Amino acid sequence: MTTLQTTTSAPAGRIENPSLWSRLKFNRNFMAFWFMLPAGAFLILFLAYPLGLGVWMSFTDERIGRAGMFVGLENYEWLWDDAIFWLSVFNTILYTVVASTIKFAIGLYLALLLNRNMPFKALIRSIVLIPFIVPTVLSAIAFWWIYDSQFSIISWSLTKLGLISHNIDFLGDPNWARASVIFANIWRGVPFVAITLLAGLQTVSPSLYEAATLDGATNWQRFRYITYPLLTPIIAVVMTFSVLFTFTDFQLIWALTRGGPVNATHLMATLSYQRGILSGRLGEGAAISTAMIPFLVAAIGISWFGMQRRKWQQGSSND
Amino acid sequence: MYRRSDRVFWRECMSSVHIRDVRKSFGGFEVLHGVTIPIEDGAFVVLVGPSGCGKSTLLRMLAGLENITSGTISIGDRVVNNVQPKERDIAMVFQNYALYPHMTVADNMGFSLKLRGANPADIKKGVARAAEILALTPLLDRYPRQLSGGQRQRVAMGRAIVRNPQVFLFDEPLSNLDAKLRVAMRTEIKELHQRLKTTTVYVTHDQIEAMTMADKIVVMHDGIVEQIGSPLELYDRPENQFVASFIGSPAMNFLKGKVKVNGSASFEAPNGVNLPLATAPANSDGRPAVYGVRPEHFTIADDGAEAEIVVVEPTGSETQVFANLAGEQVVAVFRERHQFAPGDKVRLKPNPSVVHLFDEATGKRI
Repeated sequence: MTTLQTTTSAPAGRIENPSLWSRLKFNRNFMAFWFMLPAGAFLILFLAYPLGLGVWMSFTDERIGRAGMFVGLENYEWLWDDAIFWLSVFNTILYTVVASTIKFAIGLYLALLLNRNMPFKALIRSIVLIPFIVPTVLSAIAFWWIYDSQFSIISWSLTKLGLISHNIDFLGDPNWARASVIFANIWRGVPFVAITLLAGLQTVSPSLYEAATLDGATNWQRFRYITYPLLTPIIAVVMTFSVLFTFTDFQLIWALTRGGPVNATHLMATLSYQRGILSGRLGEGAAISTAMIPFLVAAIGISWFGMQRRKWQQGSSND
Repeated sequence: MYRRSDRVFWRECMSSVHIRDVRKSFGGFEVLHGVTIPIEDGAFVVLVGPSGCGKSTLLRMLAGLENITSGTISIGDRVVNNVQPKERDIAMVFQNYALYPHMTVADNMGFSLKLRGANPADIKKGVARAAEILALTPLLDRYPRQLSGGQRQRVAMGRAIVRNPQVFLFDEPLSNLDAKLRVAMRTEIKELHQRLKTTTVYVTHDQIEAMTMADKIVVMHDGIVEQIGSPLELYDRPENQFVASFIGSPAMNFLKGKVKVNGSASFEAPNGVNLPLATAPANSDGRPAVYGVRPEHFTIADDGAEAEIVVVEPTGSETQVFANLAGEQVVAVFRERHQFAPGDKVRLKPNPSVVHLFDEATGKRI
């Protein structure tokens, strides 16, 4: 009541010109800035700064224990002529393409399977998640034993079955080593793809399948015309993540092969670690890491523009 | 609104549907206990009942989305128990429309033709024809997201029409619409049926929808058919107390008491209230029974039973009066504008020629 009286009796000029502070207090953008500051500071400190520092370092000849000088593109020129670097690029692309494709195929198949009604559904879904839950290094050690040149259970089984006469050197032969690390990566990565796609599948209304059944769709047509198009947004997100994780993989390779034999399984991440940290040439290591950025940006770009095209998801603009 | 010549485009092929002693169990739990419904060629049949009565399950069995535990369903001359849904030549409109969100209106409507392998020109022609009937032509390039509820509903119907099926199935198609649109769509669906004359089975829990649209209503309750008949048959001669209470709004009033035959027949309600009966069945003196009277069958008369008014609700065209009669609350509807106030005493007299008498134990009509 008092407020009302004050407002009516006060001169109009005073109400229209409140102090800067009181205007700021109610400014949404000003407040939003302060609310975003903690998260922003965190991201800048732990993501943007190291990234920037890494890129900067790739233009210097910094070594462990010695500050670097700006050397321009010299590190990149070295890498351009470095066969091992190009081998690691090839390995990384091979590793990413093969592992991601197979992870997608198996993950989608598992998701479709798990989306059905079956006994012990919850239990089976939890079991599928196990490879994802086990720490990478632990599972890598398990695989190390499985792939061991003398004690490999696979070699042992195949020998007992009479299929091979001597042990396979899984991690000693370049191609076997590549196949082995790819298999281990697939084993670890499938649950992520499967469970995420399963979540996507569950958002598809069952009545759409019923409508499609009545429209005369076969199982395959239901997948082709209903499931797949409705799942594409989530496929794009999952596969982007899957590709990024696979492309930047380090732990599994390091625990299994350390890039060997003869660099056959060296990925860009492991090579960068070896050059930058173990050999101490920080500048060169940073350059290898920085060289990964274009590939990652391309992967994100593909999924981003892939998602942009889906008009049916967007709001109700009447275009 | 619709041109007569359009009719020629649609195949003159319709079908009767026969549901014979159909049962359905989920696990060991039986939800349909032997349902028999004959549906004539070209009829508009409404399955109505409270939720959980099995009407939707029955419709889904007709569509082939649920197995038939026992009994037979035939469409035309063919028993379809083991026929795949797509071979049954039926089209269904779902409660939530089930439009494919990633397809335009035209693609939604043409999907079944596409799956059938029709050539693109024929698909376009069929879609255009259905779109014209439903006034959807300007919307053909939109996505379901960009449509209003009523438009989506029409697309769902368009999808059914394009297929030119033998039987249309509707599963509570109007329950997601607001009240005004529901009334409009009701008329539209009925008009469509009058034009296409395709056999239609329509499921709803709304008795007004059933009354206004149906040629024949099937009232279901707890997995059995309570009564089958035309809307007015059900209204005028309900077979049992359930149908009597379910059909009609406001619902029929029921009073428990005894039949009295003392020269002339009458009905003795509690508190010594005597209600008139035109006739009574033979040897029914003293038989306990339920007396049913529709709200509009009360009149104010000096020889009526005394009742105390509780609430008066005018709706303009009529006035609903809630009153205490013989210890029960009853509702009466008057088209005349009486000046009533709560607490007033009035004398209500049921019209004896249209009252209903039900057995107290079984609820069956006497």
